[in-house]
Amino acid sequence: MAVITYREALRQALAEEMERDPSVFLVGEEIGRYQGTFRVTEGLLQRFGERRVVDTPISESGIAGMAIGAAMIGLRPVAEFMTFSFALIAADQIVNHAAKILYMFGGQIRVPVVFRGPAGGGAQLSAQHSHSLESWYAHIPGLKVVTPATPADAKGLLKTAIRDDNPVIFMEHAKLYSTRGEVPEGEYTVPFGLAEVKREGRDVTLIAYSQPLLLALHAAEKLAETEGIECAVIDLRSLQPLDMDTVLRSVSKTHRAVVVHEDHRNVGFGAEIAARIQEFAFDELDAPVLRVASADVPIPYARNLERAAFPSEEDIIRAVKRVLA
Amino acid sequence: MAQVIMPKMGDGMSEGTVLRWLKKEGDTVEVGDILAEIETDKASVELPADISGKLVTIKVKEGETVPVGAVIAEVLAEGEQPQTAVPAPPEQTAPAETIAPSPAGKTLREEPPTQERVKASPLARRIAQEAGIDLAMVKGTGPGGRIVERDVQQFLASRQVAARPPIVEPTRPTEAVLETPSLTGGEPLSRMRRLIAERTTLTKQTVPHFYVTMDIDMSEAMALRERLNAALPEDAPKISVNDLVTKACALTLARFPRVNALYQNERIYPSSEIHIGIAVALPDGLIVPVLRHCERKTLRQIATETRHLVEKARAGRLTPEEYTGATFSISNLGMYGVDEFIAIINPPAVAILAVGAVQKQPVALEDDTVVVRPRMKVTISADHRALDGAVAAEFLRELKAILENPYVMVE
Repeated sequence: MAVITYREALRQALAEEMERDPSVFLVGEEIGRYQGTFRVTEGLLQRFGERRVVDTPISESGIAGMAIGAAMIGLRPVAEFMTFSFALIAADQIVNHAAKILYMFGGQIRVPVVFRGPAGGGAQLSAQHSHSLESWYAHIPGLKVVTPATPADAKGLLKTAIRDDNPVIFMEHAKLYSTRGEVPEGEYTVPFGLAEVKREGRDVTLIAYSQPLLLALHAAEKLAETEGIECAVIDLRSLQPLDMDTVLRSVSKTHRAVVVHEDHRNVGFGAEIAARIQEFAFDELDAPVLRVASADVPIPYARNLERAAFPSEEDIIRAVKRVLA
Repeated sequence: MAQVIMPKMGDGMSEGTVLRWLKKEGDTVEVGDILAEIETDKASVELPADISGKLVTIKVKEGETVPVGAVIAEVLAEGEQPQTAVPAPPEQTAPAETIAPSPAGKTLREEPPTQERVKASPLARRIAQEAGIDLAMVKGTGPGGRIVERDVQQFLASRQVAARPPIVEPTRPTEAVLETPSLTGGEPLSRMRRLIAERTTLTKQTVPHFYVTMDIDMSEAMALRERLNAALPEDAPKISVNDLVTKACALTLARFPRVNALYQNERIYPSSEIHIGIAVALPDGLIVPVLRHCERKTLRQIATETRHLVEKARAGRLTPEEYTGATFSISNLGMYGVDEFIAIINPPAVAILAVGAVQKQPVALEDDTVVVRPRMKVTISADHRALDGAVAAEFLRELKAILENPYVMVE
């Protein structure tokens, strides 16, 4: 298996799907000539031409609206948001149009669009550019929400997203683009709604997705080495659809769960996971389900404060020890 | 209001019967006053009050059997106002933590409305419910005293240990499955019979017994006994043959710590303390009071204390400390004229001595002349996991040497 970056994996997925299906095209700010702010679309303009790699003005609402319209008449657009923080301007397009059209037109019109780009922060982008809004999108019926943490999943899930006949919110992470990992050779896809057990463990189940999965894995390694505490680590991979079976199976072995995400703790996705665990596995629980998440503050610019606001390995270790107390 | 609970008097006790109330409702009680007589598997004991006040309610009638920990009466402490429909103070649930549950897992406390809600994790609750445990008896070690899974598991484990006789899980007395005409009527086993049935069945099934018999010339021992007794004051207890055997065993055991040993969980525990159990027949069963520290007792002390223990045993008044902890036992059927017999070991001890009657027997001497001498046969039953035949034989040879030269016993 080849070892490539998360960024390269996304690029391969885009290129392969564009080769496979002529209705697939890319649209976004600085994706063509500039080759993408995070270099995901590097080389694609040269390879596929201006009709399929479309640079736009700075207008997220316009990008989203154009993509939705194109999808409604049968194309498969992949719209890039420079970051998902900017997608707030396109919220009406995404929530009121993309997510509702199939329903409003009585199932006659599908919207096979992918909205992709980095979510989250951690690179001193400050309060307005560091949002993790996956719980907002997961809240909306009609949207699928995908949050890959590894290069292999980035590629396999993006291909599935492009082939899906419904709008998909595909959330990458700025801190993941340069991470490397093995990616299967040749054609493959990763299905939605299938969580992956990244590490087996008997003591506590750590549930994570996107970049914090790496934090959870590091914390699990450290706990195993220094304390002999064995954490199971589950990567949810997609939040909508959500694979609770894998989570509940693990919790029924460990009887303790900690959810880790970068989004704010208050009404974050961890609340949904915790609620479902207590709803469906109440009698398995030996401790309350805890959440490790960002502080409920605007994400600070200052490096030290940003670090303090984001979840850390130490936070996870503390939470694990708390549920084991 | 203080609750009087069925006390746990010995490891094996899971329930007790109130034989008799010595105080009645409304009586004033002082600390130490005997409230009731309680019958356990093995004995009846007196239950003293541990608080002064007024005996308000008696909850268990005479003759009624309740699990250990059950509330049998309530005492209103001095100065305390009677409460009506007010919940009992929460600290009264505290003593329950150390109390073993009834085997049936019934709730011991009978007043759920007066209890504080027990803090427990959902998993702990589920396991407790499945195992029939009252969570009020489990001590929580989680955050804020929450009962978590490990607490219930530990409680379950300790309950199994407590319920387990020293060797393995008790089995019901197995009855031979034979074609027999169906019997009608019959008497249910008394508590003591049931216990004897369970313990002896278990012991015979799990302890590999072997037996070694020795014939002992008792001429010198009988002569010594006669002379010692003649010198005793009129009212002093006379020294019996059994006392001589006990003393001789104590001297021998001091030289054979491996015979004076306990066997448990694949480990042998030789003991320097010598606690000899003396089997005493009762109208419906038997009990083995224990003469403690025989290594320090003179023949006369052994005689006096044995007499005292036997009387208490026959009156059913032994305390649990007085019938547990034997490191060796003696069962003597000599008074019935028995030649010899074999006894069942009393675990976790590894040996027991069965003593026959002293009887006149013709004996061939070295020079082939035949004489008549008082002889006694003893048979040691030994646990082959801990002892071998040669050790048992050496033990008996030493015992025989002492009894045939009994003056070492009065040194």
